[in-house]
Amino acid sequence: MADAWDVPLLTQWLTGFRDAVDQAGEELTALDSAIGDADHGSNMQRGLAAAVSAVTDAPPADCGAFFKTVGMSLVSNVGGASGPLYGTLFLRMGTVAGTAETLAIQLFGECLQAGLDGLVQRGKAQAGDKTMVDAMLPAVRAYDEVAADGGPMVSALTAAAQAAAQGRDGTTPMEAKKGRASYLGERSVGHQDPGATSMTLLFETAAKVFA
Amino acid sequence: MTVGIVVVSHSRALADAAVALAAEMVPAGSVPVRVAAGAPDMSFGTDATEIAAAIQAADGASDGAGVVVLLDLGSAILSTQLALDLVPGDVRDRTIVSPAPLVEGLVVAMINASIGTPRERVAADASGALQPKQSQLAAD
Repeated sequence: MADAWDVPLLTQWLTGFRDAVDQAGEELTALDSAIGDADHGSNMQRGLAAAVSAVTDAPPADCGAFFKTVGMSLVSNVGGASGPLYGTLFLRMGTVAGTAETLAIQLFGECLQAGLDGLVQRGKAQAGDKTMVDAMLPAVRAYDEVAADGGPMVSALTAAAQAAAQGRDGTTPMEAKKGRASYLGERSVGHQDPGATSMTLLFETAAKVFA
Repeated sequence: MTVGIVVVSHSRALADAAVALAAEMVPAGSVPVRVAAGAPDMSFGTDATEIAAAIQAADGASDGAGVVVLLDLGSAILSTQLALDLVPGDVRDRTIVSPAPLVEGLVVAMINASIGTPRERVAADASGALQPKQSQLAAD
């Protein structure tokens, strides 16, 4: 296997992410019921089911089309804030991927960075605001460090997944600054952020594709 | 030329009722109003593609006067901002997203739009829509 993403591998990633979110659905919703509106698990399950259907019913021609199809499916089907947030992430990845049929370690890193930039811009969240940014920011940094040394992809993605998990765990003592959780103020402290939790699953399932 | 109004809410029922309440204040059919509300399965949620379509429809019915968007909270804001990325640039330039409280802002926006007020003024007055309530409830 070449050390690069292509549409079948991206589809495998998306399917793995859907399965992981399905398994964690109750946990995600429970986390969201503590500090939000109790729909993160069910919203993501609905959106990812639609995204998997979209890319398997009509397989996209290239990596850019893949990410754009996933992004639009999430935007239209998630319902909650994670729709426009994950949607923007994937749409921006698609813009960088363009018509590429494969994404090697460097270009995929650029996709991730663009996705992160879009996420930050859309949600106006900073590190430490108790959001999915707290998982994705360290994940992209960790990926880039390994990528700068030339890889391989599995090492970069594994490092990213570990950094995301650490970032996710780090959200527990934070006070929420964005989203509905921010209405709770100090009462949001002590709860793990649901968005950072699903974001960690995104990186963990990416690493599994190359494992 | 009449400014179009778009109502974005997590709930179709909430949006429809808010529009019906505000519509009592203006001649029937005098303001182009579109609703984008609820998730596809009619649970609570917002859909950026539905919002983009509503903005384009309201803009098309406004004869170039443009659109003011009123919304509830949370993902309504993020989905509306993403919807603005999905509409043509000239439509985006004619669209103002209002931070007004939904019910009060919608009533003020509908009244202003119905008498031909430009969109900037419609949005500005909607943003001040809590003022009458605040002054009425202020301690004597």
